[in-house]
Amino acid sequence: MNVSFILILLLFGAIATYFAGDKLAKTVALVFSLASAVFSVYILNLHQAGINPSFISQWITNPNVFIALQVDGLSLAMLLLTTFLTTIIIFSSFGNQYNNSKTFYALVLFMSFAMIGTFLSADAFLYYIFWELALIPIYFIALVWGNGDVEERKRAIIKFFIFTLAGSLFMLVAFIYLFQKAGSLMLSDLYAVRLTSQEQFWIFLAFFLAYAIKIPIFPFHTWQANTYQKAPAVGTMLLSGIMLKMGLYSVIRWQLPIAPIAAKTYMNIFIALSVVGVVYGSIVALKQRNLKKLLAYSSLAHVGLIAAGAYSLSVDGLRGAVLQMIAHGFVVVGLFFAAEVIERRFQTQEIAEMGGIRIQDSKFASLFMIVMLASVALPSTFNFVGEFTLLYSLYNVNIWFAIIAGTTIILGAVYMLNMFKNVMLGDKDSRVFAVVTTQEIIVFVVIIAVLLFFGMYPKPISDLVTPPLQEIVGRINRL
Amino acid sequence: MEKNLALVLVLAPFFGFLANIFFGKKAGKGFVGLLGTLSILISFFATTYFFMQIQSTGKPIEVKLFPWIALESFQIDMSFLLDQLSVLWLLFVTGIGTLIHMYSISYMHDDENMHKFFAYLNLFVFFMITLVMGSNLLVMFIGWEGVGLCSYLLIGFWYKNQDYNDAAKKAFIMNRVGDLGLLIGIFILAYVFGSLDYHLIARDIFSQELSATDSALISIAALCLFIGATGKSAQIPLYTWLPDAMAGPTPVSALIHAATMVTAGIFMVTRLNFVFDLAPNVQTIIAVIGAGTAIVAAAIGLVQNDIKKVLAYSTVSQLGLMFLALGLGAYEVAVFHVITHAFFKACLFLGSGSVIHALHGEQDMRNMGGLKKVMPITFWTMMISTLAISGIFPFAGFWSKDEILMTAFHGNTILWVVGSIASIMTAFYMFRLMYLTFFNDFRGTEHQKKHLHESPALITIPLVILAILAAVGGLISLPGNSWLNHYLAPLFHKAHEAHHLDGTAYMLMGIATVGALVGIGMAYAKYLKKQEVPEQDSEITGIAKVLYNKFYVDEAYEMLIVNPLYKLSHFFRKYIETAVSELLFGLGKVTNSIGNQGKLVQNGSVGVYLFAFVLGLSSILIYLFLV
Repeated sequence: MNVSFILILLLFGAIATYFAGDKLAKTVALVFSLASAVFSVYILNLHQAGINPSFISQWITNPNVFIALQVDGLSLAMLLLTTFLTTIIIFSSFGNQYNNSKTFYALVLFMSFAMIGTFLSADAFLYYIFWELALIPIYFIALVWGNGDVEERKRAIIKFFIFTLAGSLFMLVAFIYLFQKAGSLMLSDLYAVRLTSQEQFWIFLAFFLAYAIKIPIFPFHTWQANTYQKAPAVGTMLLSGIMLKMGLYSVIRWQLPIAPIAAKTYMNIFIALSVVGVVYGSIVALKQRNLKKLLAYSSLAHVGLIAAGAYSLSVDGLRGAVLQMIAHGFVVVGLFFAAEVIERRFQTQEIAEMGGIRIQDSKFASLFMIVMLASVALPSTFNFVGEFTLLYSLYNVNIWFAIIAGTTIILGAVYMLNMFKNVMLGDKDSRVFAVVTTQEIIVFVVIIAVLLFFGMYPKPISDLVTPPLQEIVGRINRL
Repeated sequence: MEKNLALVLVLAPFFGFLANIFFGKKAGKGFVGLLGTLSILISFFATTYFFMQIQSTGKPIEVKLFPWIALESFQIDMSFLLDQLSVLWLLFVTGIGTLIHMYSISYMHDDENMHKFFAYLNLFVFFMITLVMGSNLLVMFIGWEGVGLCSYLLIGFWYKNQDYNDAAKKAFIMNRVGDLGLLIGIFILAYVFGSLDYHLIARDIFSQELSATDSALISIAALCLFIGATGKSAQIPLYTWLPDAMAGPTPVSALIHAATMVTAGIFMVTRLNFVFDLAPNVQTIIAVIGAGTAIVAAAIGLVQNDIKKVLAYSTVSQLGLMFLALGLGAYEVAVFHVITHAFFKACLFLGSGSVIHALHGEQDMRNMGGLKKVMPITFWTMMISTLAISGIFPFAGFWSKDEILMTAFHGNTILWVVGSIASIMTAFYMFRLMYLTFFNDFRGTEHQKKHLHESPALITIPLVILAILAAVGGLISLPGNSWLNHYLAPLFHKAHEAHHLDGTAYMLMGIATVGALVGIGMAYAKYLKKQEVPEQDSEITGIAKVLYNKFYVDEAYEMLIVNPLYKLSHFFRKYIETAVSELLFGLGKVTNSIGNQGKLVQNGSVGVYLFAFVLGLSSILIYLFLV
C-alpha cells in the first residue's frame, strides 16, 4: 500500500460523511480522520523500515503532468500533523451543534484531503491544484458556519479569499515560466533547472507573495485577524493549526530550493520582514479586546519567527521551523479551543465580558494555563524546543535578529498573562460557567500530552525531518 | 545505584506535586501536608548521601539521561551534575525546603486550596533542584523558568484579588526580560564553545588560547548572563518585582523570595565563574550594580511599614552584597553569604508569618507592638536572626558579611564604604522592625489583642532550627580556617587570595561592629526610647516620601516603557493595520474599477468582482513575464 491510499480514504470519507446524514456525520467524520491518522502512522512505519511509500503515475501526457506523491521525513511530519490535528479538531467540535452538519464535516475532511495533497505533491501542477482546492472548503466553512454579523463576516471572509487567491496566482505564473524552462513540472526537474539570478529573483518573489499571504508574513497579514475571529472554531483551528503551515512548508520545499541564489542574496531582507512581523504581531496583541483576535495576532508573531528561521537557510533554522510548525499547530488549536470552550458558555469573545472563571472551574483554568504556558514557550514544552532552535539559528545569522525576535519572549508573556488574568482570574462571578465536560478535557489532555512529551523528547521528530532538510540546505549551498 | 538515587532526588518533589494536584483534595489536608513535606525530606536525605560521597571522594557525579535538543554543531543532553557546588546548594534548598513545608502545614491549614499550595511548593522545589543540578545551561534554564512559573503561581495564589495577580504577572514578566538576556548569553556561549556543558566550556577555556573576537564575545555573553541574573535575583534595574511578590503567602516569601530562588543568579555566576573571570569589565559592572542595589534597597527599607516589605527590601539589599562579592571574584564569599542569609532570612520571614498569623493577617507594623511577651519563641528566634543579619559577633551574618566587606576593602574603597553604609542601614531597619513589632504597647484592635497567641509547634520548630543555624552557621567558614573555601576549591580556577587574619582584618571587623551598633543605637533611641511610631502615609514628606515610594521607580517604568508600549500598540492597531490593509486592497480596487467601467456591473456580486480582479492581475503579470 502506498501513500495515495490516504487521499482516497479522506475523499471517500468526505463523501461518506455527506451521505451519512446530519446525525451521523460527525461520528463518521471522526472515524475517517482517525483512520487517516492511523494510516499515516503506518506510512511512518514503512518509512522507518526503509520502504518508500511514494506514488508516481502519469496523469496527463501532453504537457507532462504526474500524480507524484512523495514521502520523505518532511512531508511525513506534515502528514502526521494534519491527520492528527484534523482528528482532534473534529473531536473538539462534538460539543457544538451545526446546521447541515453533513456538509460541514464533509468539507472538513475534504479540506484535510486537499492539505495533505499539498504536502505530498511532488509535481507542481498537482501541488497547485491541491493548494487552491484547500481554499474552497475553508471558504464555505467560514462563510456559512461562521459567527457574528453576516455582512461583516462576508466582508472578512471574501477579503481572505481574494487575498489568498491573488497571492497564488503569482505562484501560478512562476510555475508557468518554470515549465517553459524545464519542460516538466516535477519537483526534481524544477530543482535541476538552471536559472539566472534575475530569473530566480522574480520567481522567488512570486512564490513569496503566495506564501507570505498564506503564512501570513507582515504586511500581508491583514486578512488574518478578522477571518480567525469570524470563522467558527473548527475553521479557525484548521486555518491556524494546519493551513498556514502549507505556506511555511512550501517555503522550505519549493521556494528555497528552486531559487537558491535569490534566497541567499535576499536572505536578510526576508528574515527582517519576518522578524518585523514577530514584534509587530506581539505589540498589536497587547491591545486586543477580542480573545480570538488576540490569539490571531499572537499566532502572527509565532509564525513570523518560524518564517525567519526558514529563511535563515541553515539546517538548524529549517529544523527549528518544522519543529515549531508542529508545536504551534497543537498549541494554537489548544488556545482556540479554550476560547471556544468559553464562547460555548458565555456566547462572547470579548475579554471584558469574561473573568472569574477559575473560581468556578479550576480544572479548566489549569488546562488553559498549561496550553498558554506552552504558547509562551516555557522550557520543557515542545514550543520551547522550537523557539530555542529558531532563535539560535537567527543568532547565527545576526545577533540583532535574535535579540529583536527574542522580545517575543517578553511581549508574549505580557499579552498572554494579561489575557489570562482578565479572562480567568478575579472573583467576578456574575456569570455561571458550567464546568468543562469530559469530552473537552480529553481534547486538552491529548494536546498537552503531545506538547509536554515532545518538549522533553523531541528526538523522534527531529530525527525524522533532519535528513531531508540537510539535503535541501545542501542543495542551496551547492549553488 | 547513584543514577537511581539522583533520580529520586529530582523526582520525589515532582511526584509530591502530582499526588497533591490529583489526589490532594480528596485525600485531605493531613495527607497533603505530610506527603508534601516527606517528598522534600526524601530529596534532602538523598542530597545528604551525595554530600558525604563528594566529601570523601571529591569526584563529581554526572548522570546522563537522554538526548534532548539536537543542533547541527552540538547536542544538548538531559543530564545532571552533582558536584561540590550543586550538592551544597541542594543541601540548603531541600533542608530549608523541608522546614518551610513543615511550617506551611500549620500556616496554610485553613486555606481551602491547601493541596494546591503544597503542589505548587513541591513543583517549585522540583524546578529548583533541576536548576541547580543541570549539567548544562539549558537544563538549568528549564529550572530557571520553572521556578519563575511557580513563583508566579504562588504570588498569585489568592487569585481572587486582581492586585495579587498583577504582582504575580509583574514578577513573571520582569524575569522574562532577564531571561532574554540569559538566552542571548547562552547563544553566544554555544556559538563560541560549541557546547553548553559546564565541563566542556571550562575545558575549552583552559585548553586553548582564545582569539580576540572570542574574548570580546565572551565579555558580551557574561554581560547578558548577568542581565539574566538581575531578573531572577532582583538587582537594579529589574528588582521592583520582588517587593510586590510579598503578595504571596509568607512561607512562599521565605522559601522562594528569600532563601532559594532569588539566589539562582548567584548560583549561575558562581557556576560559570570561569566565564566571568575572562570578563573583568563585566565583573566591575557586577560589583557596582551589587553595591548600588545594596544601598538603594536598604535606603528604601528604612521607611517601609509593612513588615514583609521591610524584609523584601532587605533581601534585595543582601543579594546586592552577594553580587558585590561576585563582582570582586570572591565567589566562595558570595556563596557563604547565600547560605547564612538563607538561614536568617528564612527565619525572619517565617517569624513575620508567625506574627501575621497571630494578628489575623495584619502586616502593618504601625498596628503591632508589644508582642514580645505573648510570642516569646517567635521573638527570640527573630531576635537571633536580626542580630545575625545586622552582623553582630558571633552570629552567622557577622562572618559572612565581614568577609564581603573585607573583600570590598581590598578591591575598592568606595565599594567598601557603600557596602558598610548599607550594613549600618540594615542594622537600623531590622531593629526598627523588631522594636515596632515586639516592644512597647500593642497598637492593634481590642479584638486582635484578645486573640494574641504564640504559634503552634509546627511553626515554632522550624523557627528554632533556623535560629540555631543563624547563630552558628558562621562556623562553616571562619577566617583563616575555612571549611567552605576548602570544600569549594575544586570549582574555582583562578585562585582567590584568602585574606589573612591580620591587623587590617581585625580593624575592619571592629569598624563593621561599631557601624552595626550605631545603626542599632539609632533605632533604639527613636523607636524604643522615644517610642515613636511611623506616621500615617499622608503625613510622610520630604526624602522619606521619596524613599517610601521607592524612588518612584515603578512609576518611571510605567511612564517610560509600559505606557509608550501600549500607545504604540494602539497606534499600530488603529492606524497601521488599516493603512496596510487599504494599501494592499487598493491594488484590487484598481482592477475592480476597471472591470466595473467596462461592464458597469454594480450589483455587488462577488463573482464579478473576483473575476475582474483575477483577470486584471493575471494579465498584468503575464505581460510582465512574457514580454
